[in-house]
Amino acid sequence: MLAIALKMLIGDRTKYLALVFGVAFATILISQQGGIFIGLLSRAASVIRDAREVDLWVMDPAVETIDTTYPMRDTALARVRGVEGVAWAVPFYKANVQIRTRDGKLSSGLLLGVDDVSLVGIPDEFVLGSPVNLREPDAIAINPFGFSLLFPGQPQQLGGELELNDRRAVIRGIIDASPVFSGNAIIYSRYDQAVGYTNTGRNQLTFVVAKAVTGQSPETVARRIEDRTGLRARSSDEFSADSIGYIIKNTGIPISFGTVVVLGIVIGIAVVALIFNQFILENLRQYAALKAIGVRNFTLIRMTLLQGLFVGAIGYGIGLGLISYFFHVVPNKVPTFRGFYLPWQIAAGVAVVCAVIVTLSVLLGLRRVVFLDPAVVFRV
Amino acid sequence: MRTSADIPVAVPPANGPRQAHVYPDQPTGTLAVRCRGVVKSFGAGQTRVEVLHQTDFEAHAGEMTFLVGPSGCGKTTLISIIGGILSCEAGDVRVLGQDVRRLRGRRAADFRLKNLGFIFQQFNLLPALTAAENAAVALIAGGENSGRAIRKASDLLARLGLDRHQRKFPSQLSGGQQQRVAIARALLHNPRLVICDEPTASLDAATGHVVMEMLREVALRDGRSVIIVTHDNRIFDFADRIAHMSDGVMTRVAVVERAGASLG
Repeated sequence: MLAIALKMLIGDRTKYLALVFGVAFATILISQQGGIFIGLLSRAASVIRDAREVDLWVMDPAVETIDTTYPMRDTALARVRGVEGVAWAVPFYKANVQIRTRDGKLSSGLLLGVDDVSLVGIPDEFVLGSPVNLREPDAIAINPFGFSLLFPGQPQQLGGELELNDRRAVIRGIIDASPVFSGNAIIYSRYDQAVGYTNTGRNQLTFVVAKAVTGQSPETVARRIEDRTGLRARSSDEFSADSIGYIIKNTGIPISFGTVVVLGIVIGIAVVALIFNQFILENLRQYAALKAIGVRNFTLIRMTLLQGLFVGAIGYGIGLGLISYFFHVVPNKVPTFRGFYLPWQIAAGVAVVCAVIVTLSVLLGLRRVVFLDPAVVFRV
Repeated sequence: MRTSADIPVAVPPANGPRQAHVYPDQPTGTLAVRCRGVVKSFGAGQTRVEVLHQTDFEAHAGEMTFLVGPSGCGKTTLISIIGGILSCEAGDVRVLGQDVRRLRGRRAADFRLKNLGFIFQQFNLLPALTAAENAAVALIAGGENSGRAIRKASDLLARLGLDRHQRKFPSQLSGGQQQRVAIARALLHNPRLVICDEPTASLDAATGHVVMEMLREVALRDGRSVIIVTHDNRIFDFADRIAHMSDGVMTRVAVVERAGASLG
């Protein structure tokens, strides 16, 4: 009877395709918005994530996220280094700069200054050049999107000159930095040079980045740094969570994306439930005939559930395939989409949502089948 | 040549109590269906309408029993009760020796699946299934392997003259062909009682005649009993007994006698 159920479903091609479309549409909408939402949130912590050698971030007590900085005295570095459990600590600088090319092209960007000696905090992935190039005078490394923004249509190359806040900088590396939440161009340079580009006042040190000694958890060491220095110290994981949490709490982004996701669910339920209900309504006499013949309710329930499961699986599969293709192709072609991806958790979550959509739709229609009076088959 | 002889029944008085037993007492050996004093109403309170008033009915094995009467007299209600699809409030309903009033839910469905075949006025074939698949539905629902069931259905459809139409969908078949598929569906699982509701109402006279001939030839084999609800007096010649209903009671039962035929 289960094969008959599938033939009944597929035989009504228009409704079958509409049902599959409904589930696929919901899958695409929810997955796409979910993926972009997660991608946007992860951008809030991309600088932290890119500094792979770093366990600890120390900052002014007023600072809550990587995006909002307040400089500390330079002595903070020595104080952190003096705390038990800190293997090493180096300065890390973050500021916004105005970037201008010789052609007059203007853009804003994020300037990140890493320790002059160790270059700790710089991402490993260089598209062109290498980290040691940053030791050259006026050397900077820029991300590919920043390069294309400043030199549109030109192939990526080293040696180009820029002005950062009216000071000369030379591109010595193209660096595959993770996209950040609030900026387009990302520029890495040595700490001392970066401070020189901005010169914002007496205090310059925005972060001290450090490593916990082996055997001690970064969280424990962070609490100790806070006790001993009065500064705010967070492990990389904590600081990432803080930065993402700030976006969630203080912006309309979750509501905006959440609304679209809810719309996807509602539209999915509405489309699938309506069409499935119509499918059942149109087959009601056939269901009544089956009941009259002696097909049990339990069998009809199994048949209907299988129809729902089949539609859900096909629709989800098609939707997931299309959205996977989207996340595979678009971020590589469109620079502003770089870094967006479909986490497996979103894919799994959407599978659950599709199951809910289909189950609710089937249950709404199933009610008619279960309580259907087989005697209607005798009525014309 | 056929003649008919009425079984004497008590005609209900116009304003008096409804009549009780229209059938004479007789041994139940050949009876496939025996209803006594069946009462059925719909609605409740002031909207309650009694449709069957202590109605009697009998159908014999190896016979075609026609149930005739004007619209709304309770024919369909009665066959629904006999088929275990509707329950009645009072009376005794024995189908193939089983008290169907005691059957509920799953047991009633199983009883129908094993023992009864249904033919409906509107055919009610599944549009997405081929003729052979439609004919095999009851057998598959009874647990038969679908491949084997479809092969059996194909054989029966061939006997019903649909050899070349087995892979066609209902929408590709004429009304008469669809009804023959419905007959195959009703008979394939070898039920002992076949209940037909207006089987020729959607067919023209010639097609209706052909369908009835096939039904008589195939359905009555192996001592099956066939009950046919109909308004179509053009097919009355196929009946062995004709039970007339009016206003929820059985008013007359006529035995149709055939030359050279003996009725049980």
